[in-house]
Amino acid sequence: MNTKSRRFKAVDMLLLAGALLPILGAIALKVLTAVPSTEINITGAQIYFTIPMPLQPLLITEAQVVSAAVILAILFLCLYMTHGIAVVPNSKRQLVAEWIVEKCNNMVHTNMGEYFKGFAPFIAGIMALSALSSLSSLLGLFPPTSDINIVAGWAILVFGLITYYKLKGGVWLYAKSFAEPVPFLLPMNIISEAATPVSMSFRHYGNILSGSIISALLAAAFAGLSNLLLGWISPFIGNLELLRIGIPAVLSLYFDIFSGGLQAFIFATLTMMYVSGGFPQSEFEARKAKREAKKKAKQEAKLAKAA
Amino acid sequence: MLELAIGIILGGCAIGAGLAMIAGIGPGIGEGNAVAKACEAIGRQPECKGDVTSTMITGCVIAETTGLYGLVIAILLIFVAPKQFVNILLENIK
Repeated sequence: MNTKSRRFKAVDMLLLAGALLPILGAIALKVLTAVPSTEINITGAQIYFTIPMPLQPLLITEAQVVSAAVILAILFLCLYMTHGIAVVPNSKRQLVAEWIVEKCNNMVHTNMGEYFKGFAPFIAGIMALSALSSLSSLLGLFPPTSDINIVAGWAILVFGLITYYKLKGGVWLYAKSFAEPVPFLLPMNIISEAATPVSMSFRHYGNILSGSIISALLAAAFAGLSNLLLGWISPFIGNLELLRIGIPAVLSLYFDIFSGGLQAFIFATLTMMYVSGGFPQSEFEARKAKREAKKKAKQEAKLAKAA
Repeated sequence: MLELAIGIILGGCAIGAGLAMIAGIGPGIGEGNAVAKACEAIGRQPECKGDVTSTMITGCVIAETTGLYGLVIAILLIFVAPKQFVNILLENIK
């Protein structure tokens, strides 16, 4: 493929626009529907509109809109990075894409083992979604990860995966694992099983939400402080809130960038640990060997009959 | 009388939120221990710094969970609970 042709460049531009437009659309929607207020108010996600449903109305909130925009942006970014790939890398973006894929494959392989190597795209996807959702607060958007509904959805998905891979060792083994080491601990085991998605979602959402609350409170505190310190020069300079320039950015470095990235990494690591830890490897292999032996015996019996 | 009742609700929610944050002590001590041991391990074997650091961060975050439960309850008590409790009170008065 000719990477210098006009058509190639036009497709490039279209893909980049596809990555940027959803984010810009989410910002525009936020700006257009924002309620002006002078006080600090810490509220949850803003509800854009409601759809009537049989059981209870379906709320389309800011968190859902932003997370959908982030998903679209990731999709188009991936298409952009893999556009025009060649056997011998000839562009920087292909090198970046290959680096990401290699790192992710290595991470999944060391953490989960050979059997789960197909998990790499899922882990990379959940990591990118979580990290970019948290980073969207840098653009002034509502970070979707500070809404429990979004994170709980991911955690329930992961819980389904954990249970699916635990059931691979047989239903009886799964049921028996609740009554171990002694049957007396059955209620405790059920509670600790249910606590997995709860703790995963609470950990992620609590970290991001507390960061945004502390940021909002500190921004308000700096406004008051600059009024107090500089207001004696003239009320005009006091009302400019000069201390709010730059200083909250240092905190944002920790709360938005470091904490958001760390929580994405932790969520992915815990997913890998829980899924591969719950999988009964030896039981699964024993069952597989048994099934294959049975199949073989059946086939041999059929052959003997035919002969 | 109604003012007093609402005041008790708000004060109780604030005190409860403060008490809930006592949960922060445990993870603080635990994470401090974990980091101290990780520093010792790195000092003894500087070549395994990467492995020790990533294991330490995972362990720290898991230890943090109980503290975050307290934090979530404190946030709910400050931002969500007072409105709900006052609504329940007003419904019962009618």
